[in-house]
Amino acid sequence: MTTENGADDSALDPTDSAGVARAVEEALLAVERAGTLEELKEARLAHTGDRSPLALANRGIKDLPGSEKAAAGRLLGGARGQVTAAVQAREAVLEDERAQQILREETIDVTLAAARGRAGAASTGQVGARHPIARIAEEVADLFVAMGWEIAEGPEVEHEWFNFDALNFGPDHPARQMQDTFFLANPTGPDGATDPAEDAHLVLRTHTSPVQARALLERDLPVYIACPGKVFRTDELDATHSPVFHQVEGLAIDKGLTMAHLKGTLDHFARAMFGPQARTRIRPSFFPFTEPSAEMDLWFPQKKGGAGWIEWGGCGMVNPNVLRSVGVDPDVYQGFAFGMGIERAVMLRYGIEDMRDLLEGDARFSRAFALAGETGGVA
Amino acid sequence: MPYVVLPWLAEHVELPADRTAHQLAADLVRVGLEEEAVHTSGVTGPVVVGRVLERTPEPQKNGKVVNWCQVDTGERDDAGAVVPRGVICGAHNFDAGDTVVVALPGAVLPGDFAIAARKTYGHVSDGMICSAAELGLEDDGEHGIIVLARGSVSVAASEGADAASEGADAAPEAPEPGSDALALLGLADEVLEINVTPDRGYCFSVRGVAREYGHATGARFVDPGLSAPAGSGPAVPPTTPEAFEVAFEDAAPIHGVPGCDRFVTRVVRGVDAAAPSPEWLQRRLRQAGMRPISLAVDATNYVMLDLGQPLHAYDLATVHAPIVVRRARPGERMTTLDGVDRALDAEDLLITDSPAGARGERAIGIAGVMGGESTEVTATTTDVLVEAAHFDPITIARSARRHKLPSEASRRFERGVDTRLQAVAAQRVVDLLVRYGGGVADDARVGDVDRTTAPAPITLDPASVSARVGVAYTYDEVHDVLVQLGASVTDIVVEVANGSTTADHRELVVVPPTWRPDLTAAVDLIEEVVRLRGYDQVPSVLPHAQVGTGLTRSQRLRRSAERTLAESGLVQVLSYPFVSPHVHDQLGEPAEDPRRGAERLANPLTEDQPELRTSLLATLLPVAARNIARGATEVAVFETGSVTHARPGGPGVLPPGGVRPEPDVLAAVLKSVPAQERHVAAVLGGPVGSATSAEHAEALIGVVHRLAAALGADVRLRARPVPEPWAPFHPGRCAEVVLTGADAPEDLVLGHVGELAPKVAAAFALPRRSAALELDLDALCEHARDAVALAGKLSTYPLAKEDVALVVAADVPAEDVRQVVLEAAGDLAESVELFDVYVGDQVGEGRKSLAFALRLRAGDHTLTAAETAQVRDAVVRLAAERVGGVLRG
Repeated sequence: MTTENGADDSALDPTDSAGVARAVEEALLAVERAGTLEELKEARLAHTGDRSPLALANRGIKDLPGSEKAAAGRLLGGARGQVTAAVQAREAVLEDERAQQILREETIDVTLAAARGRAGAASTGQVGARHPIARIAEEVADLFVAMGWEIAEGPEVEHEWFNFDALNFGPDHPARQMQDTFFLANPTGPDGATDPAEDAHLVLRTHTSPVQARALLERDLPVYIACPGKVFRTDELDATHSPVFHQVEGLAIDKGLTMAHLKGTLDHFARAMFGPQARTRIRPSFFPFTEPSAEMDLWFPQKKGGAGWIEWGGCGMVNPNVLRSVGVDPDVYQGFAFGMGIERAVMLRYGIEDMRDLLEGDARFSRAFALAGETGGVA
Repeated sequence: MPYVVLPWLAEHVELPADRTAHQLAADLVRVGLEEEAVHTSGVTGPVVVGRVLERTPEPQKNGKVVNWCQVDTGERDDAGAVVPRGVICGAHNFDAGDTVVVALPGAVLPGDFAIAARKTYGHVSDGMICSAAELGLEDDGEHGIIVLARGSVSVAASEGADAASEGADAAPEAPEPGSDALALLGLADEVLEINVTPDRGYCFSVRGVAREYGHATGARFVDPGLSAPAGSGPAVPPTTPEAFEVAFEDAAPIHGVPGCDRFVTRVVRGVDAAAPSPEWLQRRLRQAGMRPISLAVDATNYVMLDLGQPLHAYDLATVHAPIVVRRARPGERMTTLDGVDRALDAEDLLITDSPAGARGERAIGIAGVMGGESTEVTATTTDVLVEAAHFDPITIARSARRHKLPSEASRRFERGVDTRLQAVAAQRVVDLLVRYGGGVADDARVGDVDRTTAPAPITLDPASVSARVGVAYTYDEVHDVLVQLGASVTDIVVEVANGSTTADHRELVVVPPTWRPDLTAAVDLIEEVVRLRGYDQVPSVLPHAQVGTGLTRSQRLRRSAERTLAESGLVQVLSYPFVSPHVHDQLGEPAEDPRRGAERLANPLTEDQPELRTSLLATLLPVAARNIARGATEVAVFETGSVTHARPGGPGVLPPGGVRPEPDVLAAVLKSVPAQERHVAAVLGGPVGSATSAEHAEALIGVVHRLAAALGADVRLRARPVPEPWAPFHPGRCAEVVLTGADAPEDLVLGHVGELAPKVAAAFALPRRSAALELDLDALCEHARDAVALAGKLSTYPLAKEDVALVVAADVPAEDVRQVVLEAAGDLAESVELFDVYVGDQVGEGRKSLAFALRLRAGDHTLTAAETAQVRDAVVRLAAERVGGVLRG
């Protein structure tokens, strides 16, 4: 059965391993040389198509004696697989090249707008909108600025000392445990273990209160600041909880400030946010960083199921230990602090029932506020 | 959180009989106990005691057997004869003569299950014989109906609703048919669930809540934690030398506080441990949210709920003296009551005993957390050893967390238990075991190892209370409140210098009550004064802040930025900062891209999103895609928010609170916080005019110019070189936003704008040709001009217009050409704008024509034709030199 190799199309013997290897080599070379997808298609037809030497040899297997069929089948199967794989690999490369080529051809002159000397506008034809949380945070900031306060800020990834220790949360305070606080992972060594000395003591701030400590370290007394910002707790997202939400913190440290000033500030704040009829009450509570501590409730006439008190935030007279942490003498200075949920204010004011609508980024939600007036209004 | 059962509360404090749970909640909230919920049984309407007169089993075709019963539910005819009620019942655990619970038509059971007379199995069933589950009670495991009495004998001594006190002996008689079963089963009681703040551990007891109710309303409170006559507690026998031996051997106290400082032991002999707890006790445990288990366990739990003292009962026969309270040894293990074999930590405080004389060798409990299996009270126990101890809160809190075993006991110990409560609490358990278990108290074995110390006195200047609260309290008010609180208060007179004279000033020395370990400083006492006098007395006074300086510049600029973007048609949204490591691949960030170096959370909410975003687009693109997925045909959104870079590294420091850290320590703390910049990002996508349209990218490029103009920032856009694409952008359609201007740092790239790479758009399921931008907003604001550059004197000489069309290579950026024109035109140029771009046969392959409109004006004269011609020539010369430009003929 042995014939001259390559002399004609049908000459490849399915048992001729050297001949098959040569055919494969030729095929691979052709594939490699294909510079375009079209050339590759030609090479593929020539070397794997019905009339290709390998295909014809494969068809010849059925005429072999039974004892040789299996070996020939393995030989040609392997050969054809090798060529097909090479074709596919080359195809991927060429397709990528073509894509890159298209991208190059698509190049635009990004400076045209500048050269035309005018600023363009987004072309959606839609009206844009600010998010209601951003707007209320701004409104709150304006209110406190109008009272002569300033707006302070701090990082969202925060050091434990600012988030806890400086605020009189001892090392064994339950709020420091994993169930509430996102901790940053420490670098691990090659063995996968963390080195306690590498513990950077970083958390996602669980409240805006670390800004209290930062502000008192950075600023001269007296200090009157408000701080709107993002905070984090390990709560699953549902209608009333979110792992990421917003608070506004207030802090006033001066000589002669009392709980009466705290109450006055909260009342003013509530009326500004919810209208002249808004009422507040404070009732005893506990926070490590205030003493006395209080919960602040808001009288809410539109409450579902009838008018009633709604929890709006925590507050109190700053604990002397907080002042000591930042080197302020608590025998000379005292003051108050409070923290409120901004989502809560937005939800109350606009009758929003599901927190997810606020936080999932559906543009329809923000857009509903587009025409509500930049200063907001009383619901 | 604790459950307050109203009749139980009334045992310790005067509570009007008609007080509802909601009224009680309103009283308690004034002293800081917040309502969590009011629980009712959910059972209303007529549910009565019934006696089964006849039970006739009737087999049904389906093989089931139901009982047709005649039940006496208390109804009588004129002659006083029983009028029985016919009821069908599928359960079989009862017989004629038994006393059961019958819901009559009109009753409503939990789940809004209304009972009515109805035809079933060929009879009219005129009510329902109830199981525990049907009444919303915990099933006893038998799944049958409730049998209150077999024949005429009560199954468990039941005291009825009016005699709820454990002291009253109830006759073991079956309740009368027709009597109210709701009261009997405690289903008529409302239960108030309250929230207790961490400083008020004593309110994890009826005793504590009763005391607070007294504070809130003035109602008379009698302390069950004190022996009569000071309180209503039982008398306590003296300790004896034969008491069960107990030793404290704490070699490693935490923060120097010994793990255990009091350990009371009592012995009760001959207890029938298999005797059931009385029905009233089981009912109260259930109402308070605990499950009845056995008499010994139920008795300790009941006393704990009442007084706040956790207790433990051991089978005396299995405990070998002495008990040694010590820390765990390395490698030590024990099997706790829940059957779990636990590896112990050196900080765990253990109760150990001494089998075969091996002192303290065997752990029989993790102190304050959970007991061990080996010494548990079982049905065969006869002699019980009762423990009432006091443990260090921090030790217990750490062990409970370490072993993930928050228990009723640990919850109380970690908040601090009254150090004077142990003997009375143990006596109460002894009394219950004697009364209901038939035991005898062994008064020869009464132990009380007491190393507790009295609370430290606090000096309080009454004037400081008013100075902090803003209410003018009198000396007597402050004094009386503290006495009412349970503190012991004495006066001291201090001399206060006042100029040349001195004045006597009275101050208070206050020893807080033992149940208030949270009171350690004068400010804590101030809170108590304002709390008990009423937070509603605090007036409302607006403070006068020092005059501030308004928003900072960057705060104002950030507002401008957000408004500009909204006015450009973009909608502001929020996204969570958590991302998957896989997002970097989706964005097409190359391996060496610094944005791959993200910080990770140790405890992410979902395991597949452990990283904090290093770019806003990583979380804004999915939000944009969500809008498309919800049916929007186009999306135009923006977000401002923080990104987090990898921390600088190096060893961490954690200084203590309460004292300002040394400057170098504080610097190290500040330095270890990773850099977090505020970015702004936007995504724009939707239908496009043609397959290759760059309209979205061009629109966002326009937005960037508009944003920079609004903020007063000098920026320039330049093409990102094609061979070095910047993820996630299209290599040929991406501009770098570069800061320019005199003070700008060299080549500061503020961010990028352009079309998304096709693969990225596909990966996020966004429309093709969607565009995006991301800029460092902090840097943009920082480098914005502080004020509009002074325009100088405005010239009123006539304007000269001159158009120049230059032919350049197609790949020369138009802005480069314009800059050349501007430079060549020099001081005379008021503005230079591109007004036409032509590509086509007239200019040849690979070339384009850019037509500029020049507006020229001099400040001091009217321009001549020669001058404008000179400008034109200069433009052409410089264009040829710089960009190979040729004047279009």
